[in-house]
Amino acid sequence: MAVVAHAAPFARAQRFEASPAASDPPLVKWVIIGISLTFFALFLLLPLLAVFVEAFKKGWEAYLRAVVEPDTLSSIRLTLLAAAVAVPLNVIFGIAAAWAVAKHDFRGKQFLITLIDLPFSVSPVIAGLIYVLVFGAQGWLGPWLLEHDIKVVFAVPGIILATIFVTVPFVARELIPLMQAQGRDEEEAALVLGASGFRMFRDVTLPNIKWGLLYGVILCNARAMGEFGAVSVVSGHIRGQTNTMPLHVEILYNEYQFAAAFAVASLLALLALVTLVLKTFVEWRAGIQAQEPEAP
Amino acid sequence: MSIEVRDISKTFGSFVALDTVTLDFPTGQLVALLGPSGCGKTTLLRIIAGLEYATSGSVILDGEDASDTHVRERQVGFVFQHYALFRHMTVFDNVAFGLRVKPRGQRLREKEIRRQVKELLELVQLDWLADRYPSQLSGGQRQRIALARALAVRPRVLLLDEPFGALDAKVRKELRRWLRRLHDELHITSLFVTHDQDEAVELADRLVLMNRGKVEQVGSVAEVYAKPATPFVYSFLGAVNKFSGHVQGEELRVGDSILPIPAGVAATSGRDVVAFARPHELEILVNANGGPVGVPATVSRILDVGAVARVELSSLVPQGYVNGQGTAKGGEQFFEVELSTQKLSELNLAAGQPVRLVSSRLQVFEQEAQK
Amino acid sequence: MSAVKVRRVLPGFGLSMGITISYLSLIVLIPLSAVFIKSASLGWSDFWQVATAPRVMASYRLSFGASLLAAAINVVFGLMLAWSLVRYNFPGRRIVDALVDLPFALPTAVAGIALTALYAPNGWLGSTLNELGIKVAFTPLGVLVALIFIGVPFIVRTVQPVLEDLDIEFEEASASLGASRLQTIRKVVLPALAPALITGFAMAFARAVGEYGSVIFIAGNIPMVSEITPLIIITKLEQYDYAGATAVAAVMLIVSFLLLLVINALQAWSARSNERVR
Repeated sequence: MAVVAHAAPFARAQRFEASPAASDPPLVKWVIIGISLTFFALFLLLPLLAVFVEAFKKGWEAYLRAVVEPDTLSSIRLTLLAAAVAVPLNVIFGIAAAWAVAKHDFRGKQFLITLIDLPFSVSPVIAGLIYVLVFGAQGWLGPWLLEHDIKVVFAVPGIILATIFVTVPFVARELIPLMQAQGRDEEEAALVLGASGFRMFRDVTLPNIKWGLLYGVILCNARAMGEFGAVSVVSGHIRGQTNTMPLHVEILYNEYQFAAAFAVASLLALLALVTLVLKTFVEWRAGIQAQEPEAP
Repeated sequence: MSIEVRDISKTFGSFVALDTVTLDFPTGQLVALLGPSGCGKTTLLRIIAGLEYATSGSVILDGEDASDTHVRERQVGFVFQHYALFRHMTVFDNVAFGLRVKPRGQRLREKEIRRQVKELLELVQLDWLADRYPSQLSGGQRQRIALARALAVRPRVLLLDEPFGALDAKVRKELRRWLRRLHDELHITSLFVTHDQDEAVELADRLVLMNRGKVEQVGSVAEVYAKPATPFVYSFLGAVNKFSGHVQGEELRVGDSILPIPAGVAATSGRDVVAFARPHELEILVNANGGPVGVPATVSRILDVGAVARVELSSLVPQGYVNGQGTAKGGEQFFEVELSTQKLSELNLAAGQPVRLVSSRLQVFEQEAQK
Repeated sequence: MSAVKVRRVLPGFGLSMGITISYLSLIVLIPLSAVFIKSASLGWSDFWQVATAPRVMASYRLSFGASLLAAAINVVFGLMLAWSLVRYNFPGRRIVDALVDLPFALPTAVAGIALTALYAPNGWLGSTLNELGIKVAFTPLGVLVALIFIGVPFIVRTVQPVLEDLDIEFEEASASLGASRLQTIRKVVLPALAPALITGFAMAFARAVGEYGSVIFIAGNIPMVSEITPLIIITKLEQYDYAGATAVAAVMLIVSFLLLLVINALQAWSARSNERVR
């Protein structure tokens, strides 16, 4: 998923199709394309279409009514809040981790990289559960929190924590390979020329990683806004208070308000589409940057 | 400004990159650190720059111990092997970088910075590229910009890591001459790392030859060529022909044959030695009358191109004298002779012809001295 | 000069490492350790009883079985999709390429209700399938469909770059040595793709085992039949059976850790064999 790795040019398909040795017979080609596209349509395209069709089943007005409903608006606010906290924190963490891992040598580096990726392999449900175990009424800090009248679980802080957990690796795992590939020369050159650590970072490192950073932020944000399982466990599902957009979709759906559920879902699907467009744009930009020849 | 390094050692884990290296670099000279890849020359350069810290030993700049001075404060100019130009900045901004990052009190006015950068770009003859980005430059142009950037901060010494390594042969030659002229103009103490002996010879006032983390020899180009201190130095500086044998009086016995030792070559009778000769120092004897003088060899290939012709020969060397370089499996050894085309036509050689080889010069090293 | 403290030229190692370690500890490691500490308080026999209760065992079978099957199906179709995207020109290829990542970008709950709408007995596809006697939604088959959906990009995105890097010369060399196209694919191309395929398979499998949002709507959640393991954890939590939930979570976590180690090893292998291919 690395931003530069995926920015390879499309032109090579022509080369393969023109080669007598490496091209497939037209029949084979179209059968494979046919199967691929059927699979693609069935499992990816149709669900996406279904969201929008179901959302507008009862017309524009019903759609708009569902979207501007106070509980919906409050869920949008909470979703934005969670992302607004989680994304910047994970950006700081991602840059710090990538700086330590990519620009320095130390023992146990591979282990640290594995730890950074860990949240990706933990079920979202467990991601929620662990915060219940720490902050819940029967949890480690439960009695203390109760005494000081602080609510974490089944309240907004819990939702934010769970969101942070599931999005920890996004920025770091984009930046680490990118910064490793860029090497240390430019930073060293800046230091030789007398730059302070801060100037070196601001004027040399940051401009070099901006596309990778943006890519990580886009993916991180999409997951932060769309997270369901982890948030579901710590939310408590209080309408208008601890419901994020995905949780609101679930509640509406379970109450058989299908059109309304799909209306809110369509907002999230729209977010996904915007994410994919931005992501493709950044890949294209980063691809241009990566294709600029390094000093040969 | 002078540079001294005292007892510098550097280890990476169990690998010894530098082994108690001590060197003096006098003010104003252009010195080449020459050696095969992995010999520690780049590590030494980076330690002098402050880009790496030695495991032990000290770096003394201008008489002051700079071992603990951060690279930022060392005031050295460093040209990276791949230039490390900031890819998102224009050529102008790259060169101006060192001037712009100075602390507020020492920083020049922007107008003065612009003037100086322009001057530097004129010095490297690339002022017309000021608004380009590094990716839009050719390799040779990048090289010169990297140099201009390093010079902008008025470094006390200039350090160059394989400055021409990434360039093609033609550009390389041009840039070498240009760099030499620039050095003669600026007289800034300069060190460059290279694995190419031609480059070192053409550019440098002095050579430092390194091998396996140790200094093999230091001296002017002429000194090092005339009196190579070790077999390594001799073979690193050019093509070699090698004879392993035993000194007996004025002669070197190589197997059953005799190689006369030319006058003025120091060789102690009774020692096992390795003797070296350059291709142009060997002579081919066609009519040897079957006598033992000269090492027998067979002509395998004749290359008659240009003013100097080359003859490749091979020989079966008796067991016991086959070691290391220049010999192939089964005791076959190869020789290379350079001679004028005129001489070649006089000899009238043919492939497969048996001949004998004698040498007008020999460089003799006793076996113990060999690594 | 002592060599005990490593001196670094590039600044900020202490600061960046400090942030990294503290953040990881506070957000990830310490909370995760709660699972093991809490389940340890249960005692071994109670733990075993909870973790192997018949309903829980049925959920393991479903979660792991469906995940394996979904990942395997994705290997086949994901490979074809990646092959089409890299090797063929066809109209709309760029759009397809961009949309392959949809399961990464689309919130799982949205995917869940959309798939349910499609495959429910009265849905677009469900009604047709129903007539054929195939029930997808609210059966284990529905779980499978959801897990295929979320697994697609894992296979495509691990195979695609390797396929892009695979130089045309290997296939030309194979053809020049007299191999048929099928032999070339089987003996030259597929072995080069194998590490990436296996890595993608493992990643899709690992993700599917823990998946929750896209599955619960379509699964029907019938105990012993279509109830996935993450749902068991939620159900126990809702009944305030924290110890029970934690015990099942511990089992899943251990499996996840093992999978993570396997994936890491696979990725290292994959990277190494890629170098060899180049």
